[in-house]
Amino acid sequence: MQKYSFLSLIKNAFSAHKGWEVAWKDPTPKKEYDVVIIGGGGHGLATAYYLAKEHKITNIAIIEKGWIGGGNVGRNTTIIRSNYMHDENGLFYEKGMELWRSMSQDLNFNIMFSPRGIINLAHSDAQMNAYTRRGNSMRLNGIDAVLLNREEVKKKVPVLDFSDNVRFPIFGALMQPSAGTARHDAVAWGYARQADSMGVDIIQHCEVTGFDISNGKIQGIKTSRGDIKTKKVGLCVAGSTSILAEMLNMTLPIETHLLQACVSEPIKPILDHVVTFGAGHFYCSQSDKGEMVMGGDLDGYNSYAQRGNLPTLQHVLTEGIAMFPFLSKLNMLRTWGGIMDMSMDGSPIIDKTHIAGLYLNCGWCYGGFKATPASGFTFAHTIAQDKVHELNAGFRLDRFSTGHLIDEKGLGTKTWIS
Amino acid sequence: MLYIKCPHCGLRSQNEFAYGGDASVKRPELNKEISDQEWDEFVYLRKSPRGKHLELWHHVSGCRQWIKVLRDTSTHEIFNTYKSEEKVG
Ligand SMILES: Cc1cc2nc3c(=O)[nH]c(=O)nc-3n(C[C@H](O)[C@H](O)[C@H](O)COP(=O)(O)OP(=O)(O)OC[C@H]3O[C@@H](n4cnc5c(N)ncnc54)[C@H](O)[C@@H]3O)c2cc1C
Ligand SMILES: [Zn+2]
Repeated sequence: MQKYSFLSLIKNAFSAHKGWEVAWKDPTPKKEYDVVIIGGGGHGLATAYYLAKEHKITNIAIIEKGWIGGGNVGRNTTIIRSNYMHDENGLFYEKGMELWRSMSQDLNFNIMFSPRGIINLAHSDAQMNAYTRRGNSMRLNGIDAVLLNREEVKKKVPVLDFSDNVRFPIFGALMQPSAGTARHDAVAWGYARQADSMGVDIIQHCEVTGFDISNGKIQGIKTSRGDIKTKKVGLCVAGSTSILAEMLNMTLPIETHLLQACVSEPIKPILDHVVTFGAGHFYCSQSDKGEMVMGGDLDGYNSYAQRGNLPTLQHVLTEGIAMFPFLSKLNMLRTWGGIMDMSMDGSPIIDKTHIAGLYLNCGWCYGGFKATPASGFTFAHTIAQDKVHELNAGFRLDRFSTGHLIDEKGLGTKTWIS
Repeated sequence: MLYIKCPHCGLRSQNEFAYGGDASVKRPELNKEISDQEWDEFVYLRKSPRGKHLELWHHVSGCRQWIKVLRDTSTHEIFNTYKSEEKVG
């Protein structure tokens, strides 16, 4: 594989940039693989990368029905954080933070990780107390957390509305300084390029249409480009999980819902951090290009349409303007949506299944981008060793029937409310 | 914007409604031994189909009745709406 560096950039400049190798190939599917990963999103690509790198399994195919990066990995608002209260989530996402910090070097691809800090606003004494508790839980797990008072928030984010007669006065905030953002496309491309170089076949425009199972064991998959034999299949299809589960005769604690996001026209730097207004449904950061990147709430009913509906967008932006009045003066550049695998307790599932050789990775809700490296790392372990890693041991599929939920937000089973 | 025909009030915009999820889910019967498996199916497991989905909506800013709506989850086409006690078949 050609290494990307300042030197290679100069060298290729002399040949008018015609000498660059392709970043990943376009192979035709083989008859058989040791492992097949379904879904070429962030999680599928990272899983293949770690299978090859950590477990030396390289006879792998990633089967993607569209193109890599066309799913949620290329549709999210790129927030990376580990500000969770429960151990299962906190430790898992903190492992992720460690992997994010070295990802550009590990992948030899600039993923533009920007640890600019996330600020969760609080609007009452009760919310400050809840954030104090969450912050303390985070610190017990070695995760950085700082409680900010009103004056400190004002210093960091002066463009918030600090005037007197507001419906949600700002009391303070919980901040995780090491949280931030990264370039989502680069994450997909970086993993793809490395996985390809270690021998992984990335097969795009190939849809999985069925499974070959006998004696309770996976024997292969059926695709739009023919049958493929394999003893191990990892499912990483995010919002399409329930569709594939139906092919497997499985019913999961998952519902698919739509989340929208939008960006404004680019403006000069005005917001240094990621800011969330959790009492409403709004969050915001500013991209390197200057656009305000904004998101909020689910559309609120089961949906497989990768496009949104205006009432939700209006609701989200109304709340945004309540916090950041200057937003009302900006033009909207673009809006889009992605379909998400909402789990019944808001936490993910990375586990084996009752079918031998079938492994499940789903339930990422609207927070799966930040999970990408840790998910790939632990899912690769689960597939290669046929047992869960200690970091995903809590993300069991059977936790719903045994009562071991990881109910981070205490919202219950109405996935569309969260 | 979705427009939902409430069987009691007529065609109204989605802003008047709150969503209530899959309407095909059945609570286990009272006064009998209920297994963990049955509770699991009732409380947590959902088919979440792409395509036709029978679901509950609450006309909360209207007549306040719960209704059933047969809607396509990928095109958002609404085929039919029913009163809560009406049989769908
Ligand atoms: C608007 C929006 C904002 C978000 N913001 C954030 C955020 O700020 N921070 C954060 O952490 N997370 C965020 N998320 C969530 C995050 O993007 C997802 O949880 C995560 O990307 C899901 O994992 P993935 O990358 O593997 O999914 P995807 O990229 O969706 O990959 C799944 C792939 O499976 C493929 N597939 C499906 N069916 C088949 C089939 N039958 N055969 C073959 N391939 C198939 C799909 O084409 C797709 O490419 C956001 C999501 C959205 C939509
Ligand atoms: Zn009505």
